[in-house]
Amino acid sequence: MRRVSPFGGLTLGVVVTYLSLVVALPLTALIWQSTKGGKTGFWESLTSPEAIAALKLTLGASLVVALINAITGTIIAWVLVRDEFPGKGVVNALIDLPFALPTIVAGLTMLALYGPRSPVGIDVAYTRTAIVLALLFVTLPFVVRTVQPVLQELDRELEEAAESLGASNWQTFSRVVFPNLLPGILSGVALAFAKAIGEFGSIVIITGNIPFKTEVSSVYIFGQIESGNTSGAAAASVVLLTISFGVLLLIGALRRWATRHHA
Amino acid sequence: MRRLTLRTVALGYLALILLGPLSIVFWRAFEKGFGPAWSAVTNPEAMHAFKLTLEITAIAVPANTIFGVLCALLIVRHPFPGKGLLNALVDLPLALSPIVVGFALFLLYGRTGWFGSWLSAHGIHVLFAMPSMILATAFVSIPFVVREVVPVLREIGTDQEQAAETLGASQWQVFRRVTFPAIRWAVAYGVVLTTARSLGEYGAVSVVSGRLAGQTETATLYVSDRYENFDIVGAYAASVVLALMAIAVLITMNLLRPKEGVH
Repeated sequence: MRRVSPFGGLTLGVVVTYLSLVVALPLTALIWQSTKGGKTGFWESLTSPEAIAALKLTLGASLVVALINAITGTIIAWVLVRDEFPGKGVVNALIDLPFALPTIVAGLTMLALYGPRSPVGIDVAYTRTAIVLALLFVTLPFVVRTVQPVLQELDRELEEAAESLGASNWQTFSRVVFPNLLPGILSGVALAFAKAIGEFGSIVIITGNIPFKTEVSSVYIFGQIESGNTSGAAAASVVLLTISFGVLLLIGALRRWATRHHA
Repeated sequence: MRRLTLRTVALGYLALILLGPLSIVFWRAFEKGFGPAWSAVTNPEAMHAFKLTLEITAIAVPANTIFGVLCALLIVRHPFPGKGLLNALVDLPLALSPIVVGFALFLLYGRTGWFGSWLSAHGIHVLFAMPSMILATAFVSIPFVVREVVPVLREIGTDQEQAAETLGASQWQVFRRVTFPAIRWAVAYGVVLTTARSLGEYGAVSVVSGRLAGQTETATLYVSDRYENFDIVGAYAASVVLALMAIAVLITMNLLRPKEGVH
């Protein structure tokens, strides 16, 4: 058998133990808790009007944000790869800022510009627009960073050939460039969607968390924990967990598709 | 001109979503002068919060680094049943809401949780204390070292390692002299990402910590505590410190990035 690592068979033991302790065990406790009240109990917690409203809002806002990212992320990646302008290096580095910045700071950041004391006179605090803005901030890097490497590798001769054969700018993009970018765009969009579904820190301050209006699922769960409704929190948590797993499976499938596409 | 239009759209979007809000935070923090901002981040409560964040990071990051390298070796070099599940569990924190993470730990270690009664009978405090905050931070930052090291390990293959082995090197020598030098920049990059994620964790920690000021309050919790207590200068001043940390992370990321073509 092939050598695994310098630590031999111990590696598997360490990895499995650590992962079980940190990730698997808590998740098992969560799933177990959600089954405690039986099928009807779970269903009742799941379908409480407030939980449903929160989930609908979460899915809707995340979808909007993912779609906006598909467009703006692709444009930004394009500009960073194909355009030249002074300060490009700094702009490129700044793309990762939302990842490095704590989400609670991101929330305060959006509130500072688009809140009650906005210096530009735009106040969207405590509205659904605020949710979308906060989510756009935290999901900014995903599509840019999945599309950028593909664009860098893309053979420009193909585009030049298309152009010399009389294709318009738009035709070259839609027929030559876009099909190559699509797997990257889709995995970036899926990552952004997954991040948006679970986001908490950046949203909790700016939306005011009004039930049925600006309360997203993660904030709803937080509220249920605070008020001691463990079964309600568990049911909604299992829903988010399922969505996260689903999106990850989708991203895995996209990656395999992209590799085959590439080969 | 197409190029100019795209550049304007890309930079305009970044200004609206990213740079605009961020610069206002700096302005807000120093609105009443340097003094109040300085005392807001140097008072005992703030100092304790920053210290606690650093302590948690100092434990979670090395643990995840060792785990990450071992896990990457396992994923790339060793076929075993359940590898798909291992991969999925490692990726899950990228897509899962931090609130769900915190709640899962809450269920495991809380008074009525699986380990709760045993732990409290033995006087061990996990929930509302350091251990659960470390576990929460480790959970959310688990994927980064693994995800950076896996592609590099795949790319370098095993030829050199086998050669070293043939020449009589022990397994540990092969790792130290051949494998580790090849993956060290990927490890470093992963460590930077893990650190950024750990410093900024908010949602999971806010569920498990109990948010006791001066005791279990991290830097991000301090920011939200100040905001909730209408201490706007305090909230923004602490945010500025966290934002500066994030910018330091960005600079480190960019210093590491060109090496070996990580990303």
